[in-house]
Amino acid sequence: MKDAIQLRKLILTAGFILLFLLSGLDFYHSRHLKEPVVVGEGIAEVKRLSDYFPGIKGSINDAQVYLLRNDQAEVEGGSALILGGSHAEEPAGRLATWVIVENAKVTAGRVFVILTANPSASTATRLGGAYPPDYTIETPWGERKFRQGDRWSNPLDQWPDPEVYIHYPSRQQLAYMDIRNQNRTWPGRRSGTMTEQTCYAMTQMIIKEKIDLVIDLHEAELQYPVISTIVAHPKGEDLAALASMMISAEEDFDIGVEYSPEALRGLSHREIGDHTPAIPLLLETPEPFLDATRGRTDRELLLTGKDDFVMKAGKHGLLFEKLDESGWPIDVRVGRHLSSLIQIFRVWTELYPERQIKIENVPHYSEVIATGTGFYLKDPSKAPAERIFYE
Amino acid sequence: MSTLITILYYLMVGYFAACFIWNFRKSRNWQQEVLYLLVLLPFLLRLFRLK
Repeated sequence: MKDAIQLRKLILTAGFILLFLLSGLDFYHSRHLKEPVVVGEGIAEVKRLSDYFPGIKGSINDAQVYLLRNDQAEVEGGSALILGGSHAEEPAGRLATWVIVENAKVTAGRVFVILTANPSASTATRLGGAYPPDYTIETPWGERKFRQGDRWSNPLDQWPDPEVYIHYPSRQQLAYMDIRNQNRTWPGRRSGTMTEQTCYAMTQMIIKEKIDLVIDLHEAELQYPVISTIVAHPKGEDLAALASMMISAEEDFDIGVEYSPEALRGLSHREIGDHTPAIPLLLETPEPFLDATRGRTDRELLLTGKDDFVMKAGKHGLLFEKLDESGWPIDVRVGRHLSSLIQIFRVWTELYPERQIKIENVPHYSEVIATGTGFYLKDPSKAPAERIFYE
Repeated sequence: MSTLITILYYLMVGYFAACFIWNFRKSRNWQQEVLYLLVLLPFLLRLFRLK
């Protein structure tokens, strides 16, 4: 009898160790998946956030900053910062920045690009959300794999959360987990948590590099009213309104304009405008994957944006954006971000010719739809080693 | 302060993980043994900073 119990415990222990190894390795690989970036000819320099705030050196959130600059440009121009991955679970923003860094060139001004503004958030998926750990984008030469990520910084990197998160410096009370939400911790705090320090480092960068325009790329659930829109700080209302009109006139989609509410603190479109000379804009595209009423939360839903349950919600008038059988494919969402960026820079240059920012070799919405996002991603195996970076 | 809380938290996770292993060894009921191991899994994943 005693031997039978020992044998049973041995078998159970072996099964447990196998389960632990399988799950542990899966989580480890997901957290440490390296995403290659083949920087294009337009990239003059790759910096880190710790170059602007040494306090973040050694942290997982010491993000890479890619600088598009043309040293032969006749006009000095202005400076812009594009943020992808503030919320890592919103892939269209990250992919749009990838396309820019691998393809774009500037002919006037400087464009700073951060592909993963919250690297920690890109290493976890939402607890209880049943998210896939990663997704792949088809390219003409093969596949590129990306981490799925979450809205909040990984609790392994920043823990514990407070009972109530008190935003700095406004002292507004926010939900406890939003102390790990990079779009609730602007303008950041020098002595704060990792997420607050990341925002502080970016704020320092905006000030030290004299950045004129910050564009934060996001996606939103269709049951959230702020969707398919440009959210603008009061300083950028004219710019956003004109860009919205240009997009509606020249691209194949419409985008609205919302004004950043003064009472809602911690968001990039509010705090960057209040605490730096820069004009912040935040772009939202629709991502049905984020809707609470979604069905199976898999890679297909992430990349096609097709979901019967969210569509059903739409039939009951619960959505703020249309959703039909064609869904919201990733190429549509990436294309919208890229065309919006192109038009914002065009309008900016018309409004502020002395601080002009001219960017080229960025595909428009219609081109991304026609060829797919993967068409604009370069093959790391054929690129020189010095042009490959990893996120 | 948060560093101290984090250290205490990991000590607590380690303590509970050790309790589950101890109970698993002492148990003579197969259903309880499976339960102890299932509950142990997330504790170990956290202890090893995997999830």
